[in-house]
Amino acid sequence: MTTAQTSATGTPSLRGEPILVVEDLSVTFPTEDGPITAVQDLTYTVEMGKTLGIVGESGSGKSVSSLAVLGLHDAKSSRITGSIRVGGTEVVGLSESQMRKLRGNRVSMIFQDALAALHPFYKIGGQLAEAYLVHHPDASKRDARRKAIEMLDRVGIPQPDRRVDDYPHQFSGGMRQRAMIAMGLINDPSLLIADEPTTALDVTVQAQILDLLQDLQREFDSAVIIITHDLGVIAEMADDVLVMYAGRCVEYGTTKEILTHPEMPYSWGLLSSIPDVSNETGGRLIPIPGNPPSLLSPPSGCAFHPRCAHRDKVPGDLCTEKLPQLTPASSGTAHIKRCHLANPDQVFRTEVLPMIAPDLAEEIR
Amino acid sequence: MTPDENQQAETTETPAPAPGATDDVIDDHELSSAPEDFATLVEQGHAPAELDPDADAVLTVKDLKMYFPVKSSGLIRKTIGHVQAVDGISFEVPRGGALGLVGESGCGKSTTGRLITRLYTPTGGSMMFEGHDLAKVSMREMKPLRRDVQMIFQDPYTSLNPRHTVGAIVGAPLAVHNVVPKNKILPKVQELLEVVGLNPEHYNRYPNEFSGGQRQRIGIARALTLNPKLLVADEPVSALDVSIQAQVINLLQDLQREFNIAFLFIAHDLAVVRHFCPEIAVMYLGKIVEVADRETLYLRPHHPYTQALLSAVPDVKQAAIGGRRERIRLEGDVPSPINPPSGCRFRTRCSIAQDICAKVEPPLLQVGARHKVACHFAGELAEHPATPVTADLLGVDDNGDPVPGKSGSTPEELSQPGYEDTWFDVRTRRMTGAGA
Repeated sequence: MTTAQTSATGTPSLRGEPILVVEDLSVTFPTEDGPITAVQDLTYTVEMGKTLGIVGESGSGKSVSSLAVLGLHDAKSSRITGSIRVGGTEVVGLSESQMRKLRGNRVSMIFQDALAALHPFYKIGGQLAEAYLVHHPDASKRDARRKAIEMLDRVGIPQPDRRVDDYPHQFSGGMRQRAMIAMGLINDPSLLIADEPTTALDVTVQAQILDLLQDLQREFDSAVIIITHDLGVIAEMADDVLVMYAGRCVEYGTTKEILTHPEMPYSWGLLSSIPDVSNETGGRLIPIPGNPPSLLSPPSGCAFHPRCAHRDKVPGDLCTEKLPQLTPASSGTAHIKRCHLANPDQVFRTEVLPMIAPDLAEEIR
Repeated sequence: MTPDENQQAETTETPAPAPGATDDVIDDHELSSAPEDFATLVEQGHAPAELDPDADAVLTVKDLKMYFPVKSSGLIRKTIGHVQAVDGISFEVPRGGALGLVGESGCGKSTTGRLITRLYTPTGGSMMFEGHDLAKVSMREMKPLRRDVQMIFQDPYTSLNPRHTVGAIVGAPLAVHNVVPKNKILPKVQELLEVVGLNPEHYNRYPNEFSGGQRQRIGIARALTLNPKLLVADEPVSALDVSIQAQVINLLQDLQREFNIAFLFIAHDLAVVRHFCPEIAVMYLGKIVEVADRETLYLRPHHPYTQALLSAVPDVKQAAIGGRRERIRLEGDVPSPINPPSGCRFRTRCSIAQDICAKVEPPLLQVGARHKVACHFAGELAEHPATPVTADLLGVDDNGDPVPGKSGSTPEELSQPGYEDTWFDVRTRRMTGAGA
């Protein structure tokens, strides 16, 4: 309890030491139809100044796992096991009052829909000042307002001293997202979780917001978790990637490794279902067949097996009967995958890549 | 057994009653959840659609305008201005082909789609479809034409009536247009459900029992019911997960080939549009700024807005290099369409804008065999000319002031739908052609 208190009030963690350590995290929601395990045995770390990208379809547990980091699951209607340590503080089982000191201060979140996440009845400045005052009880209202204007200026809102008195509806979509980012960063958090921060935005605005996030990360040296389904955003923003499917991590490694030498058929499927925007085309668009599984009765063995087109390359009924363990990939230690395939790298190079990016396959050969 | 179950049991006993349709049923992406091997899966995937240069136009839109009135508040609501959502656009959709319409939100692309399906009545311009001007026909005359022009909506959660069964939703167009007798509606509905890859026995389920991708298939089945010649697809995949997006795009490509349907494909995802459409138009603030075939538009865009838009797209291939791509930063937001900038509407955010851009509107000028661009300084990235290429044509000097005694064409005269055999070369500043 004492350790929790001291770290919650803010002992700086050493540079390079992971600010966030998630170990064997499982989140289960009891429902009328039975328990739903939305996240299972998830393990990852994020270091200061680094960005982790989490990808997966809707319902794969990517948002649930990061909400758990912020302690946003109701203890009455969810069961969380495992360990989440933010800068040394154990979050699982932390009391609400302790959690409140952490939330918005050392860890904060940017939500997808800024219009829904901002209160429509309060002025932008008031909402920003509130976030500041909660964690700085000694500060005066005037200080908080000055801080709010400073933050709005920092995220690139024109005329921040006037716009601070606007209501959310008076802001455009991109500006609202900037205001959200300002609110997330007002207490200088060590960890920022961005849940689909640019999904609702146009590409030009998206580029502005991503630039901003990257500049701010460099300036504040915070760790960032970016949750998205856009592999392009991952490619340009993240240092590490975590691919989730049906509540489990199926592939984890550096961005370059995962996006150039993926070794799990689900990651191949994600790459082959997005058309290419820059190169000469000719590649096919190969979908992942079927739908994501129901978490009420997840498939036996590997959860991806009903949709996997490479099952025939695994001997026997291994895929349907045995859950593959996270094992190091053939290419290196900084890359783990959950698949029974014996030679995934070769399959990707000889079978998948020529179909989705013929020019790239030529280069490698 | 409830009546519903009874009905379902009956149809199970007599499956696929669709006459003559069973042999041309399309690959079923959704039902075949367990593919045999990767090769079979690859067969279901499609390469990007090819351009047919000889196809005639099924729809010719000319100088289309849509102004929405802005009312004042108070008791007497006077019109105090107009939102110029679509302001004089011209394009052609080839028969059996696909034209992509891209742009940021608020650029008027969805309004264009709704004008073509006559969900709005245009303020001006013409839309020629099979000898009828869709802009002028009355609602009564429009009804038979609606068979040929159908729409797929963006959000599969709000575009299906939650209190109607799938059978009622898909069968409604048949009943409205009296194309088949009442007792033939059900077999036709089941045939359609099978075509879009849904289980035909699910006709008496409600939309809430389906996933997002399946609902979008229901929307597609409804649009196909009357064998349309032109489908307006307004962001048909943007509400879906990535893997499901690919399924739906492949399905649309299958249907396009099978039934020779022309698509006006409205989307903001430049990658999806590139895959589906051999030809793409880029819109900005109610105007088309550039139209070209896929290769030209994505590899050699001539308009600064298209260049900025393309550079903003995050690219997966960047992972091999690391870091972020060099991009053209557009400052600020899109101006208000109530009071758009004079001359070129992009000039307020354009890095190469000069005086002429504020004074004269650039025409949508043909600069290649299948390439039109509306810019005074049209040219490839970093090779924009120093003086306006359009000055001579418009009869103005390099600052945009009219030259006395010199008559030029108006921007409207130069912005025609379709392509000519000769065009204006921006490098030599002369008319050239395929033969020259």
